[in-house]
Amino acid sequence: MSYTVPGFRHPNLPKNDLGFTTKDYEGRVSTLCAGCGHDSISASIIEACFEMSIPPHRVAKLSGIGCSSKTPTYFLGNSHGFNSVHGRMPAVATGANMANRNLLYIGVSGDGDTASIGMGQFVHAVRRNVNMIYICENNGVYGLTKGQDSATSDMGSISKKGEPNPLEPIDLCSIALQLGATFVANSFSGDKAQLVPIIQAAIAHKGFAFINVISPCVTFNNTPNSTKSYDYIRQHMASANAVDYVPHEEEITTDYAPGTAEIVTMHDGSAIHLQKLDEKHDIHSRRSALTLMKDYKAEGKVLTGLLFVEEDYQEIHETMNTTATPLRNLTEKELCPGSAQLEKINEILR
Amino acid sequence: MKRDIKTNKFVIKFANINGTGSASANSLFSKSIFRMGIPISPKNIFPSNIQGLPTWYEVRVNDNGFLGRRGGIDIMVCMNPQSMERDITELQRGGYFIYDSSKPIDKKLLRNDIDFIGIPFMEHCREAYTDPRHRQLFRNVMYVGALAALLDIELDVLKGLISEQFKGKEKLVAPNVKALQMGYDAAKKLHECPIAFRLSRRDKVGNKILMDGNAACGLGAVYGGATVAGWYPITPSTSVIDSFAKYCRKLRIDPETGEKNFAIVQAEDELAAIGMVIGASWNGARAFTATSGPGLSLMNEFLGLAYFAEIPTVLINIQRSGPSTGMPTRTQQSDVLYSAYASHGDTKHICLYPSTPKECFEHTATALDLAERFQTPVLVLSDLDLGMNEHMSDPLEWDDERTYDRGKVFTADDLEAMDERFGRYLDSDGDGIPYRTLPGTHPTKGAYFTRGTSKDEYAVYTEDGSKYVENMERLQKKWETARHNVPKPDVRTTDKPCNVGVIYYGTSEASTLEALHHLDRLHSISLDSLGIKAFPFSNEIEDFIEQHEYVFVVEQNRDAQMRTLLINEFEFTPHKLISLLHYDGSPITARFIRHIIRDNILQTATAPRTRRSSRK
Repeated sequence: MSYTVPGFRHPNLPKNDLGFTTKDYEGRVSTLCAGCGHDSISASIIEACFEMSIPPHRVAKLSGIGCSSKTPTYFLGNSHGFNSVHGRMPAVATGANMANRNLLYIGVSGDGDTASIGMGQFVHAVRRNVNMIYICENNGVYGLTKGQDSATSDMGSISKKGEPNPLEPIDLCSIALQLGATFVANSFSGDKAQLVPIIQAAIAHKGFAFINVISPCVTFNNTPNSTKSYDYIRQHMASANAVDYVPHEEEITTDYAPGTAEIVTMHDGSAIHLQKLDEKHDIHSRRSALTLMKDYKAEGKVLTGLLFVEEDYQEIHETMNTTATPLRNLTEKELCPGSAQLEKINEILR
Repeated sequence: MKRDIKTNKFVIKFANINGTGSASANSLFSKSIFRMGIPISPKNIFPSNIQGLPTWYEVRVNDNGFLGRRGGIDIMVCMNPQSMERDITELQRGGYFIYDSSKPIDKKLLRNDIDFIGIPFMEHCREAYTDPRHRQLFRNVMYVGALAALLDIELDVLKGLISEQFKGKEKLVAPNVKALQMGYDAAKKLHECPIAFRLSRRDKVGNKILMDGNAACGLGAVYGGATVAGWYPITPSTSVIDSFAKYCRKLRIDPETGEKNFAIVQAEDELAAIGMVIGASWNGARAFTATSGPGLSLMNEFLGLAYFAEIPTVLINIQRSGPSTGMPTRTQQSDVLYSAYASHGDTKHICLYPSTPKECFEHTATALDLAERFQTPVLVLSDLDLGMNEHMSDPLEWDDERTYDRGKVFTADDLEAMDERFGRYLDSDGDGIPYRTLPGTHPTKGAYFTRGTSKDEYAVYTEDGSKYVENMERLQKKWETARHNVPKPDVRTTDKPCNVGVIYYGTSEASTLEALHHLDRLHSISLDSLGIKAFPFSNEIEDFIEQHEYVFVVEQNRDAQMRTLLINEFEFTPHKLISLLHYDGSPITARFIRHIIRDNILQTATAPRTRRSSRK
C-alpha cells in the first residue's frame, strides 16, 4: 500500500460556503485494510463537514486506541487531533470541552474501546451530556490485536477465528438511551446516504450525540457466520426512518406521504427531515426507541436510523452555568483575585 | 505531686469518639491559644470511619515557635472510655489525665506518677439539657470551658470565637457560652486552677495565619489561574478540591450573571479525572487534579501520555500511608519514587515538596506555570499531615505584578506570519521545549495530531528508531532546562565547624529544624541542613552532599525513597547518605530525629552507623 497521498485534485472541485473543497477536509492516507468499514465512516465525516461548511480548525477530533481510533488521522487534516489512551477518549473530550465550549468535538471510538475498557467513561460522558459527537465504529472484533471477539459481538456469531461467541452482546444504543443520551442513532458504514445526514444532525445537536456505526472488519469478522459482516448487515438491516439534514436557509421542498414525515428543528435553527419507515416509532420517546430495537432484534433484523432525539435538555455547560467565554481564554484579570483579596483571606485565618 | 510550672510549653491530646462533634470544640480550643499570641500546632489522628471509633487531636503549645511534633503527651483529655487504658499509658510522667468522672474510673488503671482530674461532664449535661444530641455536643464545649479554668485560657477570647463561629446563627451563641461557663465553673469548684501547665498571653504569633495545606493548595489553584478541575474523592486529598470550589464560589462567579469562571467535574474514577485535566490542558486551559496514592496508581498510564505527548498536567498528591489502602487516614511521604518516575517506559516528572501552607499555596500556583512552561506533568507532593491539619504559617502573599507563564504557544498571528511548516516537536530554541498550538487557532496552519505513539518533529507517526531516540533526547534536554527553573533548596549552614549535613523535605521540615536547634543547644552538635523543594534536583543539592562527609536523609517512609532518588540521580557513594526513617503513620517528631542523629554522631547507637547505612 502506498503511504503518500497524491496532491492532485480536480481543479473544479466544488467549493462550499467557506470556499473549501473536500480536499481541505481530508486527512492522511489511511493505513487500514482495504475495504475497512472505518474508511467509509471517515469519508462520511468528511462529506458531512464539507457540506455543512464547518471551519476545519473549529473541530477537535479525539479517539482512544484501536483500529477505529486511528481514523482521526485520516480525516480533517486541518483540525487538531488527539489519539489518547485506550478507552479514555471520553474523559479527554470532556476536559477539552470544559476548556473551550465553542469548538465541535468529534470523538471516535470502537467497540473494544467503548464497550470494554472504556465502558465506565462512555456511560459517564453520556450521563453528563457533554456536547460532543461520539461515533462508535463497531465491528464486533478486536482488529489491531488480530481477531478476538469484542463485547458487542452477537452470541453465536463466528469470526475468522472460527469459534462461536458464547456471550451476550452489549447493545450500546440501548445503554445510551437508558442513560439519558440526548441523541442516539444506529447506522451502517456501507450506507453513506443514511450515515452522512445522521452525522450532520449530530453536528447540529447541542449535547451528547451517540452514533453507533456497524463497520465490518474485512480481515477478521467479514465471515459467512458473522453478524457483523457486510453481507449479514445488508441482508438484515432495516431503517426506522430516512433522514435528511436541511440547513436552516434551505426551503423545504421534499414531499412526503401524509403522516409519515416529521421535521425536527435543531438547536442551531437547522432541521432534520424524517421520513418514517416504521410508523410505530416516535423519535422523541426513549421507550419507543428501546421497544422498537427489541422488536426488530426478535425478528432477526438490525434497526438503523435516527432512533431518538431529546427535545428539552441542558448540555453540561448549561447545567454547570459556566461563562459563555471559553475558560481557556480567561486571563489573570478574570482569574486572579489579587493581593488585596488575599490579605482579607489571611485576616480570616488569624 | 510537686511540679515545676510550665508556661506555654506542653503537649495536650484529646481522646474523642468520631462523629460526636468534638472537632469543632477542639478547634475552638486551639484557636483560642493562637489568639492569645501563643504558637500552636494541632494534629488530627483519626480513623477511616464516620462514626463511633476512637479519634485523637494532639496540640503542641510552644512559646519558641517549634511547630513539628515534639513527642510525648503532658495532658490527656479523655472523653472516650474505649481508649482510656492506652490514653493513660501514653501520658508522660508528671502529666495530667482529665476525664469524665460521671462514671468511676477503673482503679486498676490508676498511675501514681500522674495526676487524675475527674469532672462529671455527662452528669452536668444530663441535668442541663434534655435533647441527647445537645448533651453530646455541649459536653464538648464544657470540656473546653474546664480547660479554660485549668490552663488559664482567657474566657473572653473563647466567647469571641464562639460569636464568630455562629455569625448569622446568633441564637446558638448563648447556649454555647453557657456550656463553656458550666465547664469552667465545674473545674474551678473541683480542682485547684490553674494546673502546672498553663497559658499566658504572648505576642509570638505576629501576622501568622492558621491554615491547612489543602485549603492553601485550593486557593493556590485559584490564584494560579486554574479553571478546570477533574477529580475523584479520596482521603486525604478531597479537601483540596473542596477548597478550590469554596474559593471559586466566592471569587470566580460573575456577580451580575451568576456565570462561573471555572468548571469542576467530579469524575467517575481517577483515570477519568486525570484524562479531563489532560484534555483541558491540551485545549489551553489551566487544569489540575488532586489525589492520593491509590489514585496516583490509576493515573499512571495517562501520566506517561502527558509526558510523552508533552501536555501540561498538574497533579496535587496528598500522600497517605500505603501500600494499597494502607492506613488511609495516616500520614506518610511514601510516593516519592512513584511520583518522580510515574508510568511505564522512560518517564520522569517535575515534583515539588511544600513544607508549609504558604508553600502549598505558592507551589500550586508555580506548578501551573511550570506545567505550561515545560509542557509536562508537575506533581505537588504534600501529605496528610500538611494537608489536613492546621499549621501556623507565614501569611499568603501574591505579587500583583505577577503574570501567568503560559509557555510557548503560537497564536494565530504567529502562525500567519510563519512561512515554514509548523513542527510541534521541533526544538527551535535549543532548550528542548517545543512550541505548541491550541485547537481552533488558525484555519489552515498549526493543526497537528497529538498521540502517545512515537512521532517525528512534525507530530507525524513514525516507528523510525532514530526519530524516536532524537525525541527522547530532546525530552532529556528539556528536563535539564527544567532543573534550572524549579524552586531552589533551602540551605542553612552553621557557623561552627561541621562536616555532617541533614537533608529533609516536605513535612519533616519543622521537626528537623527543631531537632537541629536542640542538638546544638543540648549536645553541641551543630549541623548544616538542606530542605529539598523540587525534583529535578538542582546543583546545590549535589554540592551539599559532596561538601559533607556524610548526610542524614530524614524521611517518612520505610524504603528511604528520597535517598534512593538522590543516589539514582547523582553519582556519589551511597554510604554518604544515612537514612533516618519514621513511617508509623504519625507525623515525625523532633525528639525522634534528635535522638537518632545524637546517637549516631556520639557513637552511642546500639547499632554502629555503618551497619545502619548498609541497611539503609
